[in-house]
Amino acid sequence: MPAEPVSDAPGAAAVLPAEGAVPRPQGAAPGEAHRPTPRAGRSRRRLRLVARYLLLTLGALVVLLPVYLTVVNSLLPEPALAHQPPYLYPSHAQWQNYSTAWVGGHLSIYLRNSVIQTAIIVVGQLVTSILAAYAFAFLRFPFRRTLFLLFLSTLMIPFEVTLITNLDTITSLGWYNTFAGLTVPFLATGFGTFLLRQAFLQIPRDLQEAAALDGYGHWRFMTRVAVPLARPSVAALAVFSFLGAWNQYLWPLVVTGNNNAVRTVQIGLKLLVGTNVSSVNVTLAGTVIAVTPLLILLIVFQKQLVRSLTAGAVK
Amino acid sequence: MASVVSRRSQRLREAVLGYLLILPALAVFGVFVFYPFARNFKLALYQTPPFPGLPSHYVGLHQVGQVLTSSNFLQSLLTTIFFVVLVVPAGLLLGLFLAVAAHRHLRGIAVYRIIFSSTVVSSVAVAALVFGTLMNPVVGFLPWLGINPHPPILENTTWALPAIAVMAVWQFLGLSFIIMSAGLSSLPEEVLEAARVDGASSWTTFWRVTVPLLSPTLFFGVVVATIYAFQTFGQIDILIGSQNAAYEHVNVLIYNVYTTLQINGDPGRAAVLSIALFLLTLTLTLVQMRFLERRVSYAS
Repeated sequence: MPAEPVSDAPGAAAVLPAEGAVPRPQGAAPGEAHRPTPRAGRSRRRLRLVARYLLLTLGALVVLLPVYLTVVNSLLPEPALAHQPPYLYPSHAQWQNYSTAWVGGHLSIYLRNSVIQTAIIVVGQLVTSILAAYAFAFLRFPFRRTLFLLFLSTLMIPFEVTLITNLDTITSLGWYNTFAGLTVPFLATGFGTFLLRQAFLQIPRDLQEAAALDGYGHWRFMTRVAVPLARPSVAALAVFSFLGAWNQYLWPLVVTGNNNAVRTVQIGLKLLVGTNVSSVNVTLAGTVIAVTPLLILLIVFQKQLVRSLTAGAVK
Repeated sequence: MASVVSRRSQRLREAVLGYLLILPALAVFGVFVFYPFARNFKLALYQTPPFPGLPSHYVGLHQVGQVLTSSNFLQSLLTTIFFVVLVVPAGLLLGLFLAVAAHRHLRGIAVYRIIFSSTVVSSVAVAALVFGTLMNPVVGFLPWLGINPHPPILENTTWALPAIAVMAVWQFLGLSFIIMSAGLSSLPEEVLEAARVDGASSWTTFWRVTVPLLSPTLFFGVVVATIYAFQTFGQIDILIGSQNAAYEHVNVLIYNVYTTLQINGDPGRAAVLSIALFLLTLTLTLVQMRFLERRVSYAS
């Protein structure tokens, strides 16, 4: 995730208005002044509303059509896939496609691996980001600014530039095809440090002084005051890390080997295409299985996700 | 005296604590970002021997020149630029369009918003499989609509790249929608209101008021979309691959780095290619900052 040029204004990233958080009295105002008669105005407004809903529904259909057809095809028996005209709903649903994908595609192993890999990365990124962001926000030490810029510069280096050497490093550490190899390169994030530092900078100085008077050391202040107050940003980072880790593709592809010890579900999906257990319908059943955890995540944590994805988008 | 000493030692302790707290992240960055970044430049100067096991030898800038003038690189560069042109404007405009449409407090709008942002959770593998089926010459939807070129879309030298671009636009749409929506909801409502009171039509208001006010968001969107397009890899790997007839026509730089490294086993060339990709990304981002920021009008 690239960041905008960093402004020093505290909370530039942290206080984004969540989408739709503020109610706006929009539909009411336009055209009030110059509508011809009340009745004509009202019917025109109704027409506009209908047009807007039609437009929204059309957009939703375009976005969802590929997903819908995937679900339909994942339920059809194989011969039905080539049927012309295509089935637009699963007229004879064949649920065992899902069990075939689950068993034959080793999806339970891949999903378990993905859960472990993602958990390590999310927890690791949260811990390293909280610690570093706390230091950058609350502690004074020489070269603090330079070091912070160094952290930010990692956002400018795309992963593929480091790929070649990282593969060598992981191999020489003996971490090829292990969870360590899969996760350790991602245990720190410049973006996360930036996001949390901005949130920490919003905490009033008085609070810190009051805590110091109460005999709070840095550790207690961090765990009892700073992190709880920055919870929205911490949650946003967690969701963001989760999404990034779960959907990783290039690194797991090069760093995992032929047995399925640590392969993640994304690589599992790629392999599902090639193996003989799979016909298209089974592959698609596997796809649905792989994406379901994330859809649930989206619906539950929409606010946090939006907050993390738009950090830097608005000033 | 004692207080001076204790203050100094307190300072020292604060500094030590500061370094300790940033150490874990710094260690990871050092080993897995900065070191490989620096070493990449060195690798670019060494030629990989034709047979494995032999030591690679120093050739200096010779290899850099060789790679950068090779037809493989030039075609890869053109493909990448073409891909960016296909993906970035379409992805951003569609996202903006949906965000504007959904920027009203209507009944059920939350459902539409979730749908529009939903593609953000789809991984490359998921997007690839979903669209791979849609574009399958036997299964499917497109033959029914009469779209069934020979050779099939994903082996077709003309259509393979646009097909990947459609997939990328779809996958990027969720993020585009989220970014644009956040931008819209941060606009100062009074200005838009004033435009309406002045009798401006919604069309005029949109182009003359909303778009200029939104320009920081649009600018951010262009940078994010360009980087996203540069990094599109998984769809190509899953749906096309290096054995495909259309391979040469979809061999964008990042895929070229991967095939050069993993399939041809040539880290030297791969390093040159990855540096080229990095410099391209960096330059474009800087140029965009320069040119776009000049036109951007910041609301606050």
